[in-house]
Amino acid sequence: MSRRFLPLLPALTLIAMLGPMLAGLYGTILPAFGHLPAAGREGPSLEAFRALADWPGLPRASTLSLSTGIVTTLLALAITMTLVAGWSGTRAFRVLERALSPLLSVPHAAAAFGLAFLIAPSGWVARATSPWLTGWERPPDLLIVQDSWGLTMTAGLVIKEIPFLLLMTLAALAQTDAARARAISAALGYGRVTGWFKTVFPRVYAQIRLPVYVVLAYGMSVVDVAVILGPNTPSTLSVQIVRWMSEPDFDARLLANAAALLQLALVVGALVTWRLGEIAIAWLGLRWVARGGRSSGDATLAGGALVLSVTSALAIGGGLAVLAVWSVAGFWGFPDPLPASFTLGNWARHASGLNEALGQTAVIACVVTLAAVILAIGCLEAEHRHGLRLTRRGMWLLYLPLIVPQTAFLPGLQTLLLNANLDRGIWPVMLAHLVFVMPYVFLSLADPFRAWDPRTANVAAALGASPDRVLWQVRLPMLLRPVLTAAAVGLSVSVGQYLPTLLIGGGRVSTLTTEAVALASGGDRRAIATYGLMQTAAALLPFALALGLPALMFRNRKGLQHG
Amino acid sequence: MRHLALLAALAATPALAQTDPSDWDAVTAAAEGQTVYWNAWGGSVATNDFIAWVAERVAEENGVTLEHVKLTDTADAVTRVLSERQAGTDTDGAIDLIWINGANFASMKDEGLLYGPFAEQLPNWQYVDVEGKTVQTDFTVPTDGYESPWAMAQVVFDYDSADIEPKGSMQEILEWSQANPGRFTYPQPPDFLGTTFLKQVLVDILDDPAVLAEPATDETYDEVTAPLWDYLDALTPTLWREGRAYPPTGTAMFPLIADGELDLSISFSPGAASTAIANNELPDTVRTFVLDKGTIGNASFVAIPYNSGSTEGAMVVANFLMSPEAQAYAQDPENLGYGTVLAMDKLSEEQRAAFDALELGAATLSPDDLGEVQDEPHPSWMTRIADDWVARYGVAE
Repeated sequence: MSRRFLPLLPALTLIAMLGPMLAGLYGTILPAFGHLPAAGREGPSLEAFRALADWPGLPRASTLSLSTGIVTTLLALAITMTLVAGWSGTRAFRVLERALSPLLSVPHAAAAFGLAFLIAPSGWVARATSPWLTGWERPPDLLIVQDSWGLTMTAGLVIKEIPFLLLMTLAALAQTDAARARAISAALGYGRVTGWFKTVFPRVYAQIRLPVYVVLAYGMSVVDVAVILGPNTPSTLSVQIVRWMSEPDFDARLLANAAALLQLALVVGALVTWRLGEIAIAWLGLRWVARGGRSSGDATLAGGALVLSVTSALAIGGGLAVLAVWSVAGFWGFPDPLPASFTLGNWARHASGLNEALGQTAVIACVVTLAAVILAIGCLEAEHRHGLRLTRRGMWLLYLPLIVPQTAFLPGLQTLLLNANLDRGIWPVMLAHLVFVMPYVFLSLADPFRAWDPRTANVAAALGASPDRVLWQVRLPMLLRPVLTAAAVGLSVSVGQYLPTLLIGGGRVSTLTTEAVALASGGDRRAIATYGLMQTAAALLPFALALGLPALMFRNRKGLQHG
Repeated sequence: MRHLALLAALAATPALAQTDPSDWDAVTAAAEGQTVYWNAWGGSVATNDFIAWVAERVAEENGVTLEHVKLTDTADAVTRVLSERQAGTDTDGAIDLIWINGANFASMKDEGLLYGPFAEQLPNWQYVDVEGKTVQTDFTVPTDGYESPWAMAQVVFDYDSADIEPKGSMQEILEWSQANPGRFTYPQPPDFLGTTFLKQVLVDILDDPAVLAEPATDETYDEVTAPLWDYLDALTPTLWREGRAYPPTGTAMFPLIADGELDLSISFSPGAASTAIANNELPDTVRTFVLDKGTIGNASFVAIPYNSGSTEGAMVVANFLMSPEAQAYAQDPENLGYGTVLAMDKLSEEQRAAFDALELGAATLSPDDLGEVQDEPHPSWMTRIADDWVARYGVAE
């Protein structure tokens, strides 16, 4: 059976991943052009686009979308690359790498809340330094969180994207022969940073180009971080799309779909601009290499990148710490560095709500991750047995759901599901989660799976094992650690999903993430803290298990460990 | 898409006859075992806890399972019902009960999206104060039994008595804010409390607010609202963050008062400050005041969408919300601190005793001190003013 079924799996996986996205885009285009027969609207018309152009907030909202996305990507990329250039292979780097990796799985919303609680005028940083240093008896009237330029929001995104790009870079480094390039460039007298950028960077960048595009598209269209840290006069375009989607007026829904297409166009435009920038940098870079300069401020750059990386790790870690303090805080006036009293009452008040949301979160995450892991293993096994390997161009398909902005196709998908009367319950939400979980699980599993030594399979086959038996009894046990890691990645991606849960679940499916973001508008810091911490725990725990379980299971057979 | 909608219509079961609300025994019998999805704003822990308590009580008494669907905005629920009708989901829709009032109610009633009339047939309607409280009109729109009241709200101003004195008018508030910039703000319209603040300004600064009872027209709108924009032009630069950012909701202002960023804020719940003090969210120096000419008040209602599959269960919940037990529980500042919709003289002595025993809390004004309740303007004013506000202050730098 597997012989006939297995070759179909890659196609099935692509359908599961791209189908909802394409259907959603289709469902967005029609209403954007005024065609919504169910509401008695027959298109095509440009009414919705005209209304969009009349919205006074449009220029600022679009600019914000562009600036936060591009600045986030530039900063995160520059810091990560300089960090790797200046420090990879050192002890400090290994320590930082170990600190940053778990931060990757901290949900964006929790990191954003933590940052807000740290740097707001009444945040922990101000409390810790007032009044003895700053002289503030009251929080200063400064617009830090939700500033009009979206700087705080950009900072919140940068601290979360550095760990992401760093891990992607580390995976790419393995395939770029970086160590020898470094040795040779050092022998020729190049500085650490300059030598790395001249020899290794072009090869690494070619490998991480798609993840960089993901960061760019994500930064331009993110909703939960923008709700928590972004400006409101006006909001970013994506937040405004979600607001329009939830207005009672049907014209607002058409407007939302038109804006969703604009969002898509902005992202495509930014990607094209970025690609042109790459070409320009490559051209300039070649001249820079040809000039043969050996070093230019290498130590300063390396030092700066280290300081910024450590700061970003501290911002996430410190944010989680201040969430922990708020979650057990009694009355906590300004500028006291700690609450006047501590209480478990906040946790008790939220216990039943937390339990319910945790249950819902866990069910969705487990089912989706299980499906994604099975599909990924099936695809990779089909690739191994039948040579159905994704080409370099095919990698684009895998990244597509992460690059097309969520706000561009989820509104359309919701309308389609609603028309088909399929918008009930937890299954559509799981389907939507799978679109985003699948690529991460596949990417996380693919390298170790492919790196597995096929001679092991030959030995097993020579001993009479069928291909299925080789998979179940040799390959998967040897690959237990990467399989569990991929599952942990899948779980944490699912836990962090905000928009798919909100829009596709129609408000009936509430996870820790949707509850936490909903609480943001209420401003109750104790409630936000308990939900944010719980959300973080739900995303981090699977990683702890993924690390712990193989150690336990392999304690008597160390030779079988792989990857 | 049309094919899908057609398929959906074919698959749907024909509408079941709904039970007549005046046959209460039949209603409670049908309600047993039903699940009611109550869509209500979920941003306040106190409200969420209250709804959880209601769920416990109706499960014990009537075997009704109540699920709280937490909204960030009531308009979400209205959209949902509207979309369901467009998609042909005429039975067993996703929503069985909505916490609603004002423009959302007016638009749902207009569109025929509500079940009813039912409210005045509910057994506990007999206790409702129909003379003294605005429970049969909602922002001047007659309710006609399509929604049943469960709480009274009135604008009060929360202030930190350690820092300022009560103010008597919007003009005094403006003068104080100009002298003490950065210490006052209001939630960002179209948040309902934010738009309420705008209406409160208008009602207080107009010589004759009676014009607001009529729908706004192109002729009257500009002239009547001109003083409001003058007021806001003067106030905005003196606001917290110079009006470049606003808190999203009323409760989001509590931490700002607690930290000393604000000395004054607006609230629509006379008891909320006392409740927040009890929860460590506000310092115990916070008190409330109302303006000399009185402040705007209205009732909170629940309504049932036309396509609810648990109409009877929803009516049981609506009826329980109006019961003396639930009303006394809701008025207790330890729980919710909302004003009651019941008339004390219609209650038995025993029922009244529960209300008399309540400790309203130091920050809560007594019913007498709350002064005169001013009527809400017609909803057409609010819609226009909110849109105008967004264009003037909501998207500008």
